Amino acid sequence: MIYLENIGRYFIMLKEVFSRPTKWNILKRLIYKEIDDLIYGSLGIIIFISFFIGGVVAIQTALNIDNPLIPKYLIGFTTRQSVILEFAPTFTSIIMAGKVGSYITSSIGTMRVTEQIDALEVMGVNSLNYLVFPKIIALLLYPFVIAIAMYMGILGGWMAVVFGGYSTSAEFIRGLQVDFDTFHVVYAFIKTIVFAFILATIPSFYGYYMKGGALEVGKASTSSFVWTSVAIIIANYLLTQMLLG
Amino acid sequence: MIKVENVHKSFGDTEVLKGISTCFDKGKTNLIIGQSGSGKTVFLKCLLGLHQPNQGNIIYNDRIYSELDDDQKTDLRQEMGMVFQGSALFDSMTVEENVMFPLRMFSKFPRNEMKDRVDEVLERVRLIDAHKKLPSEISGGMQKRVAIARAIVNRPKYLFCDEPNSGLDPKTAIIIDQLIQEITQEFDITTVINTHDMNSVMEIGEKIVFLKDGLKEWEGTNKEIFRTDNEAVTSFVYSSDLFKKVREIYIKDN
Repeated sequence: MIYLENIGRYFIMLKEVFSRPTKWNILKRLIYKEIDDLIYGSLGIIIFISFFIGGVVAIQTALNIDNPLIPKYLIGFTTRQSVILEFAPTFTSIIMAGKVGSYITSSIGTMRVTEQIDALEVMGVNSLNYLVFPKIIALLLYPFVIAIAMYMGILGGWMAVVFGGYSTSAEFIRGLQVDFDTFHVVYAFIKTIVFAFILATIPSFYGYYMKGGALEVGKASTSSFVWTSVAIIIANYLLTQMLLG
Repeated sequence: MIKVENVHKSFGDTEVLKGISTCFDKGKTNLIIGQSGSGKTVFLKCLLGLHQPNQGNIIYNDRIYSELDDDQKTDLRQEMGMVFQGSALFDSMTVEENVMFPLRMFSKFPRNEMKDRVDEVLERVRLIDAHKKLPSEISGGMQKRVAIARAIVNRPKYLFCDEPNSGLDPKTAIIIDQLIQEITQEFDITTVINTHDMNSVMEIGEKIVFLKDGLKEWEGTNKEIFRTDNEAVTSFVYSSDLFKKVREIYIKDN
């Protein structure tokens, strides 16, 4: 029953996020700040993880190709498909649920505990619009992060294969080009936009409606990570079924 | 003036406010006192519009809160200033930005005029050199003054304070009390203070509402509280020997 209640409150929250907007010149500064915190601040970890994940995918594929009839360019093909279709959009979003999601929940939760949200409400500010809307807008840039993750993943795969001696550069690049379907990239970016919305709103929900003190802020961050990940995985399944099924 | 008519508020099966009626006068420091759990904070949050009463009305100069639409409620809230117990300053903003926040949100003043107004209120609360400091870099007493400055920068008609001197040393607490009283009289605003502090009751309680178990048990002034026979009030206010002696001396002298 509590889950149904939370789902209902989540949608009521969304309605409130888009009503009674904050003045544009204030909103603009908030959006820049959120881009800095949520997007720019996440680039380092995304680049690092994507590079090594791409490398591991390529090595695993190379090690599993022991039949001489299977062409070596399949390493590049598999790396490309794995990184573009799943590792970059979905795996990165799960990591972001931990990094960005916890940050959003704990920052909004701390504002709740220290009555800063009450202070906004008393002044007549729509606190949901003020706090959540800039995060949604900032995360519209999330597809760029995923594009970088795709590039780094494939670069990591290429470096692992070439410098590890599993195949040649030419074979790997040939594999990247074989049977390339642009819709796969479109599919990945559609998923990314949905994940970005989930990443901005579910952690905000857990922070905004938390009750209690510092301990509860920690608990809310954990719940936020769990439910953001669950929502991303369910959305991933549904979108894959709808767009590729 | 704020008129409160038969306000009830429940959370689930627990009835916290059981029908409070009173009036908070303009230009006066109105105090709400009572033991922990008596419903003071819930009552204050109802006055602020953060809680909706289940029954009854709160009337701000002929405007019944429950009958206002969202835009009218937003307009009314811009006439309110609030000093929270923990100051509730925005951590990421400097003192100047915190005080300027309501102006940036709702006024159309040019930036230099906003800055003049911020300087004026910071000077009024006797904070001159703290403009560029973050809330974490100033003391609790200074944070309270910044919170007061932020609450009055928009020239509110109603000022609400939740335990404004909790956690402060006695000297700073008196300074904050006096500051609130001066501002109330100077700007002719309706001030409502939620407090536990008996020094505040004696010093600035121009009107005192005593709550007990969600009901108004007594109301009067800081002069009348010395003479009341109400047992609930006397056992709460004069629980310490010091205040009992103060009361005896006051009655003897007057």
